[in-house]
Amino acid sequence: MLQLLWIIPALPAAGFVVLALLNRHLGRRAAAVIGAGSVGLSAVVALLVAVSFIASPPPGDVYRQVLWTWFDTGGLAPQIAFYLDAMSVIFVVVITFVGFLIHLYSTEFMERDEGYTRFFMYMNLFVASMLVLVLADNLLLLYLGWEGVGLCSYLLISFWQRDLQNVYAGRKAFIVTRIGDTALIIGLFLLFTQLHTLAIQPLMAGAAKEWPVGSGFAVAAAALLLGGAVGKSAQLPLQTWLPDAMAGPTPVSALIHAATMVTAGVYLIARTNVLFTLAPDVRLAVAIVGTVTLLYACFCALAQHDIKRVLAYSTMSQIGYMFLALGVAGWSAAIFHFMTHAFFKALLFLAAGAVIESLGGEHDIFKMGGLRRKLPTAFWAFIVGAASLAAMPLVTSGFYSKDLIIETSLGSVDGNAWLWLGALVGSLLTSIYAFRLVFVVFFGDQQTPVTRRPRWRMLLPLWVLSALSLIGGFVWLPEWMGSFHPLENFLGEALPPLKTVASSFAYTGVSALLTSLVAVVGVALATVWLVESRAALGDFAARPTPHALQEFWLNGWGFDWLYEHVFVIPVKWFARVARNDLVEPAFSGLAWLNVQAWRALSASQNGVLRVYIAVAGVGLVVILAFVVLR
Amino acid sequence: MAAVSLDHGLILAAILFVIGFVGLLTRRNLIVVLACIEIMLNAAGLAFVVAGARWGRADGQVMFLFVLAMAAAEVAVGLALAIRFRQSLGRLDVDDADEMKG
Repeated sequence: MLQLLWIIPALPAAGFVVLALLNRHLGRRAAAVIGAGSVGLSAVVALLVAVSFIASPPPGDVYRQVLWTWFDTGGLAPQIAFYLDAMSVIFVVVITFVGFLIHLYSTEFMERDEGYTRFFMYMNLFVASMLVLVLADNLLLLYLGWEGVGLCSYLLISFWQRDLQNVYAGRKAFIVTRIGDTALIIGLFLLFTQLHTLAIQPLMAGAAKEWPVGSGFAVAAAALLLGGAVGKSAQLPLQTWLPDAMAGPTPVSALIHAATMVTAGVYLIARTNVLFTLAPDVRLAVAIVGTVTLLYACFCALAQHDIKRVLAYSTMSQIGYMFLALGVAGWSAAIFHFMTHAFFKALLFLAAGAVIESLGGEHDIFKMGGLRRKLPTAFWAFIVGAASLAAMPLVTSGFYSKDLIIETSLGSVDGNAWLWLGALVGSLLTSIYAFRLVFVVFFGDQQTPVTRRPRWRMLLPLWVLSALSLIGGFVWLPEWMGSFHPLENFLGEALPPLKTVASSFAYTGVSALLTSLVAVVGVALATVWLVESRAALGDFAARPTPHALQEFWLNGWGFDWLYEHVFVIPVKWFARVARNDLVEPAFSGLAWLNVQAWRALSASQNGVLRVYIAVAGVGLVVILAFVVLR
Repeated sequence: MAAVSLDHGLILAAILFVIGFVGLLTRRNLIVVLACIEIMLNAAGLAFVVAGARWGRADGQVMFLFVLAMAAAEVAVGLALAIRFRQSLGRLDVDDADEMKG
């Protein structure tokens, strides 16, 4: 059964090829069947492979499938090979399964848009690239997938390309993530020159053998990989592209900018955990980046009034939690949170998409309101998603994964109280903004009429993801609830175990109690948006101090302004100045010379037959004279 | 019968060729242009005949027959062109046919 592994990425890739070749010749129905069907089949195969992997584990709990050698030059011979271990099983199943649900949702969501086939073409290419990324056996193949998903992200953010703003947003996402990608590729060069291979397992073994803990190479390599991860996962300081990426269609935001692509950085760090173990300083940096980002994004989310931007900042914040877990060596905890986050954040985005579509494209939450009776499924889905995001105790999946990260941030030998406190405060803020969203959108007075209701292809994914958001956390219960943690055992085959401080305060259940408490307190605080009338809120917002603060948070703490002035404007200025340098005339002179030659030759072609004859005659005389008088 | 020397024959051929060529350059009527080409062809034919007589061989006269056949074909095509020319442009001025200028 494991031999079917290559089919998982091949199916969406084939879907992409078919859609690309038959682009204009396909009807909407055919495009939807090919686009969603290829990912659906891929999900079925992924489930088969996962079941067979769990039921009869391959030797060493690793299955490697070599397809062919990509190229062989200068000692570098990367293979097109897939590497399946416990971690990639989780990623592959989540990507294909959530991906299929989102494709199914898109078949209805996009049905009135032009470029229907093009949309599924890009989406299939994305799923294929993402699967290559998580299955890659060597870092070069991983990088291929990494760039593939970046390309698809760019294409899909700018999907509605008739609006120039969307195109700018896509360009921004591409360029900002490109900064991280450059760091990543330099990291790959460094690893290859030092360890002479890019295959991940030999590379990790070589690094562990040759580099002592804290050695310069290990720190440099880990820092460069972290740069790549920070760009892709929208962490500080390369986070500015993610809120603007919401310009794309909502299913794209759900699939790429919430569930899968943005977690590629988490995957990369977990996959190369040996390097990060060798570089404790960089790991501390990972934890700090994660904590700062999660707090930063929480404050930003509090001030947004575009429903999708709230969710974008919450994604940034939840990935911050994953980075925090990675930073304190809680590798498995990060993967656990990736899984539950994929469920509840995809759910939130899809529910938000249903709301936006029903209101005829309205994004502003203060123009929504009172939708809980009109759109009951979206309402309940949103409640489940928000509860899971806010880590409502016991019943939601988000609680188990987030609580595990909060406990780990204190209980790990690398953890400390500051990280723990940051995570806890972040949890409180998350709860506030999540339920602010719920209360403003679904309660109060109705502001905009509902013009369209979602049908089954949009509702089914909401139900399925709601169910997963509720039960998805029961695969890893905390210590104080009993010892039931199959996911930990499963991931333990692929990732090193967490070293904990013996008898830490974190594992007594008090920390979990606090996590639960802040979640409930957050909802209680958020009720201010429920009871206060809209007018009172307006008055509050009109006062100068909160207003200025809100502006500051709304604009993401001015990072866009800062980057505009520090990087964009100087570069533009330099480009303008450098336009008239010395190199320019050399090239424009060449062009001018060509134009003049063209003019001269063109003038000789005057169409008068007698001139041609005269020229031919003169030529003949010259040749004759030359031959005779020589 | 006094034999015509080779030099005289070739000079006559050259004069005929130049007359035809100058006519080609200066006249604009298509019929006259065709006539000038005929003159130039005959100049070439005369050169062949004179040269054949000089060496006492038949090759020159054989070549002249070829030239005659070619001249007939050329006139047939040329006159057909002249008719089409007249039909499409209304006149027979070769300078009118300058639509191919670059």
